[in-house]
Amino acid sequence: MSVLRVTHLVKRFGGLVATDDVSLTVEAGEIHALIGPNGAGKSTLINQLCGELAPDGGRVELGGRDVTRASVPARVALGLGRTFQVTSLLEEATCRENIAMAVQARAGLNFRIWDRIAGRQGIWDQADATLAGTGLVARVDVRAQDLSHGERKQLELLVALARKPRVLLLDEPMAGLGHVESAQMIAQLRDIPLPMLLVEHDMAAVFALATRISVLVYGRIIASGSVEDIRENPEVRAAYLGAEDALC
Amino acid sequence: MRVLIGLLALVAVPFLADAMGQPALLSLATRILIYAIAAASLNFILGYGGMVSFGHAAFFGVGAYSVGILFAHAGGDALWGVVPGSTNLLVTLPVAVVLSGTVAGVIGALSLRTNGVQFIMITLAFAQMLFFFFVSLTPYGGEDGIIIRRSNEFLGLNMRDKAVLYFVILGIAVVFFAGLWRVVNSSFGAVLQGIRQNERRMAALGFAPYRYKLYAFVLAGMGVGLAGALMANFLRFASPDMMHWTKSGEFMIMVILGGVGSFFGPVFGAAAFLVLETYLAGWTEHWQLALGVILLVVVLGTKGGIAGLLARLGGRG
Repeated sequence: MSVLRVTHLVKRFGGLVATDDVSLTVEAGEIHALIGPNGAGKSTLINQLCGELAPDGGRVELGGRDVTRASVPARVALGLGRTFQVTSLLEEATCRENIAMAVQARAGLNFRIWDRIAGRQGIWDQADATLAGTGLVARVDVRAQDLSHGERKQLELLVALARKPRVLLLDEPMAGLGHVESAQMIAQLRDIPLPMLLVEHDMAAVFALATRISVLVYGRIIASGSVEDIRENPEVRAAYLGAEDALC
Repeated sequence: MRVLIGLLALVAVPFLADAMGQPALLSLATRILIYAIAAASLNFILGYGGMVSFGHAAFFGVGAYSVGILFAHAGGDALWGVVPGSTNLLVTLPVAVVLSGTVAGVIGALSLRTNGVQFIMITLAFAQMLFFFFVSLTPYGGEDGIIIRRSNEFLGLNMRDKAVLYFVILGIAVVFFAGLWRVVNSSFGAVLQGIRQNERRMAALGFAPYRYKLYAFVLAGMGVGLAGALMANFLRFASPDMMHWTKSGEFMIMVILGGVGSFFGPVFGAAAFLVLETYLAGWTEHWQLALGVILLVVVLGTKGGIAGLLARLGGRG
């Protein structure tokens, strides 16, 4: 059974069809990469999958349940985790507090007004466990706003993982990363045993990680298949990959 | 430690006022305490929750009218033939808190569907609706308000004595701030502050912001309702002016003066506002002009209001 299934999804903005009859699935154990030129409608699609944007037609299923009309938090409760293209963190909170908030979200008891958050040791222990062994371990008490771009990207991924999702939507995790940081991110993503939908511009990363690739152009999926299929597909080359050298 | 010194200073006020032969000082201090509760409850949603409510005085008025209307029915005919009146503080305060929380629940449930400027305007609109409702409520004085001939009874204390009333209000304020401290540092407090910082992020973690904001809005309404009930006891009077939009503005000025999102900021803000009002008004009838200039200086010149200023002075010294 597909962890995430999208069928005949349509989104229009006035005359513009931003999502044009898109169907795709994310299966257990796979990294499904979604590529496409700027303006192809990748962000619009991601936003419909997370529930920030309501589609005009079609269906989104999460773990076999119809979530087409479900809110963002409802989908998160069903196991949807995500990262943002532009990192979205609690800026005044430290690394540790950002992760603790994700742990707290999962642990519940969030309407308690008479306990002490500092006293909920289990939350802080789990936050520390999440941070242990990562590149952020020396930066636990640094506020998110004072982290470097690469560190922010990494923290956001850890926050998403701390929520213990069943499927991850990654919206350009490599965006703005340097060469070394990209390599680290790829290694880190490869170690995560979760099905993922990976939206990415960095072709090296996509080819290194993806088990399956779909190509989105003008809101429509023009090709879908294994890494080799996509590399060889002439339509994809014409529409997106362009010049031969862009491939490597 | 600093809290303890502040508390000792507050305890000393009635004796100082007496020694200095300045009874007005005592009434000023009482009003500061009451407004500090009101401003702190606004700060809870504004500073910690990021909700700029411009209708906070509505619940202040509901709290005050709860005391007034209960007084009007005490010993006489029951309200709607069923609700007996009361002049006991142990009854009127809880009633005021529950009623203002309920009204905040209704107004919040509708207003919190909006954000930003719309939210400011809709809370203002609801507060003005309530204002005009009480203006037209002629059985309870309408525009003139309702006179409460005696302050509520409390444990057999002589509440006519200004100093006794002051100590009762001081005690309630201490309990209020201790409670607020707990709420701010609770699991819920953490979520609320997360929502202020980044609502989208919190939704992506699975928090439905609306519910948490509404809960905070109700709690804040209860807090300011408590302040309103105390004010009615202090003034022995409740009137629609207590929920006029300018009163909401005053609460907001206190929060900004004191330091948005700082725990004791509203106390400083309320004290600064009332002291300025009292003494500037003594000099000139155009005191609000001077207040405006001071507010401008505080907003532009200090980071985090009076509380921020004090923190930095303390850090240096």
